[in-house]
Amino acid sequence: MRVNQPKLDLENGCVDLSHGSGGRDMEQLISGLFHQAFGNKWLARRNDQSAFNVGTGRMVMSTDAYVVSPLFFPGGNIGSLAVHGTINDVAMAGARPQYLSASFIIEEGFRLLDLKSIADSMGEAARGAGVYIITGDTKVVERGKADGLFISTTGVGFLADGLDLSAEKARAGDRVLVSGSLGEHGVAIMSRRQNLAFQTQIISDSAALHDLVAVMVGAGGGGIRVMRDPTRGGLAATLNEIAHQSGLGFRLQENAIPVKPEVAAACELLGLDPLHLANEGKLVAIVAPDMADAVLAAMKAHRLGCDAADIGEAIADDHHFVQIATSVGGVRIADWLSGEQLPRIC
Amino acid sequence: MKYAEEFRDRTIAQGLARAIAAQANPQKTYRFMEFCGGHTHAIFRYGLEDLLPANVRMIHGPGCPVCVLPASRIDMAIGLAERPEVTLCIYGDLMRVPGSQGQSLLRAKALGADIRMVYSTLDAIRSAEQAPNREVVFFAIGFETTTPATAVMIRIAEKKRLKGLSVFCNHVLTPPAMHSILGSPDMRNAGLPEIGGFIGPAHVSTIIGTQPYECLAEEFGKPIVIAGFEPLDLMQAILMLVRQVNDGRYEVENQYSRAVKRAGNQRAREEVSDIFELRDQFEWHGLGLVPNSGLKLKKAYAQFDAEARFAIHELRVADNPACDCGAILRGARRPVDCRLFGNVCTPRTPIGSCMVSSEGACAAYWKYGRHRAYQVMRAS
Repeated sequence: MRVNQPKLDLENGCVDLSHGSGGRDMEQLISGLFHQAFGNKWLARRNDQSAFNVGTGRMVMSTDAYVVSPLFFPGGNIGSLAVHGTINDVAMAGARPQYLSASFIIEEGFRLLDLKSIADSMGEAARGAGVYIITGDTKVVERGKADGLFISTTGVGFLADGLDLSAEKARAGDRVLVSGSLGEHGVAIMSRRQNLAFQTQIISDSAALHDLVAVMVGAGGGGIRVMRDPTRGGLAATLNEIAHQSGLGFRLQENAIPVKPEVAAACELLGLDPLHLANEGKLVAIVAPDMADAVLAAMKAHRLGCDAADIGEAIADDHHFVQIATSVGGVRIADWLSGEQLPRIC
Repeated sequence: MKYAEEFRDRTIAQGLARAIAAQANPQKTYRFMEFCGGHTHAIFRYGLEDLLPANVRMIHGPGCPVCVLPASRIDMAIGLAERPEVTLCIYGDLMRVPGSQGQSLLRAKALGADIRMVYSTLDAIRSAEQAPNREVVFFAIGFETTTPATAVMIRIAEKKRLKGLSVFCNHVLTPPAMHSILGSPDMRNAGLPEIGGFIGPAHVSTIIGTQPYECLAEEFGKPIVIAGFEPLDLMQAILMLVRQVNDGRYEVENQYSRAVKRAGNQRAREEVSDIFELRDQFEWHGLGLVPNSGLKLKKAYAQFDAEARFAIHELRVADNPACDCGAILRGARRPVDCRLFGNVCTPRTPIGSCMVSSEGACAAYWKYGRHRAYQVMRAS
């Protein structure tokens, strides 16, 4: 006898505990919502895993959990972020990302309409990047046990022979390149935080960077020592990490660091430093000096690198400081952020 | 960014630097205190010390409300926040300030206290409106700049009959603190040359004006230049101080004339004096008990006064004896002189409040000027 199951009420329905219990409701959520959004031949086989072919060479894997608040923000949502972020982590090795897994921890009561919108964004982001979400998992937790929705994604990619990017390869004299203006994701998120809402035209820069990476690798090859995407903690954290891992320091030119006037203005207002703000569609590359101009030109020719800039150089420094020559002619350091970046009180 | 970038112009900054170098007498050492933490922050943020000749030195003052808050007030706030009926609304800078036992509001929050970070007094009003059955306490802190916003909050609470809202008042005043520093024997005892002049506060002066500093300049014979927070403001103010010292003048000059008037902001001052009155004395971290330096709510507003409402007793606790914050706040020592600086005490593990607040001298040294601190340590 065929059971006549009611359809998912995507307009008014919400996730309840039965959607995570392993029964028909869960199956309906997965096939009716996630598979619809991600649709590909691997998911269509409905196994608990997916097999894929690998060629020669090395593979790259990275994983990340997404707990962003608010879930929807100007320029994206937690779904597109979960796809772009993990693609970028894989791509920073110089690799071509190919497959993603996605697991969802959903709080009971979460609106199906929002979940659909997030899943659709993931599907769209993956298709746009030529990457497939080929396996996943869904759990539902009781109300109050999660902040709406958490997503974790793992990415697998393939690396061309001979490429081995790593922080310890940086050398004094290497140039520091950034792919565009900083801080837009951080400001976009803050502008939507409860009790801090302010009007801004700034949208998140969330984007998949692997295509830009491919162009850079084509231009610079092994001259690219290391690439990182300056997400949490911003450019300052990323360069401090690389400084410590490479045993070097950095000397940057403040005037060369691209920051949009709207971001600079929001930072002035809130007492924040754009170098500490998160980015989700920017990368920083440490490049051998003889290849830097070629890599920079390739970046500028790409739509995600048109505002790319050479902002300084790696220097020998036992203290591993990231120093900045300020706009007025002094020198300061750009430190790691301590704790959460908090607005000042006066 | 219009109205900000113009005050960060490299060519003008270097022109001012040349003028300071030309006018500073090489036989003399000029020691100027920037009172305000915002100025300390700007000096380090823009690396201005690199633009000054070796005989023009900046001493960092106590003008950071978080830094001068004694640990006892943090203890009192934690005690308040631990009451089950209380929601404590605080500005973010306070979260990590250590109490007398090293505890903090951040830790109290992690352990379950209802502590909310707010960005303005309006957020506290919103919290009180949303939870009419809670006791919402606003941790009011700051110099004369932030006091009017607290006064307006109380006015609104009164109008809206927000019975659950009250204020834990920690507002302090600038001129009595300057008086206390100038009267302090620290500098002479430490064998240091005296402070040759002050860069006066920017935002505070928009409220109180330049007049309240006139008697200080006169009594102690020290020039005071009120300055804005941008690098060119500071460079120009330093040049004005050098000129006053060279001329033997001790006047109050207003570099920040685009925002500050001699009489200040009359309306804001009236709001404040309607609601607040002077405490006989208030404890400052680093300066001790300073007469007539703090504000409390007038009796007529006692219902909004958290100290009266919850019968909080004033605590007195001793500072960590190894921490030099006190002497640093008086300008008698530099952050790098403190033996805890950079090893035991960092922004991640602050011992003293000067390392916590973004406007504290230790935090500014650590965050922006650490490379210079190592140079100083190597040299000594």
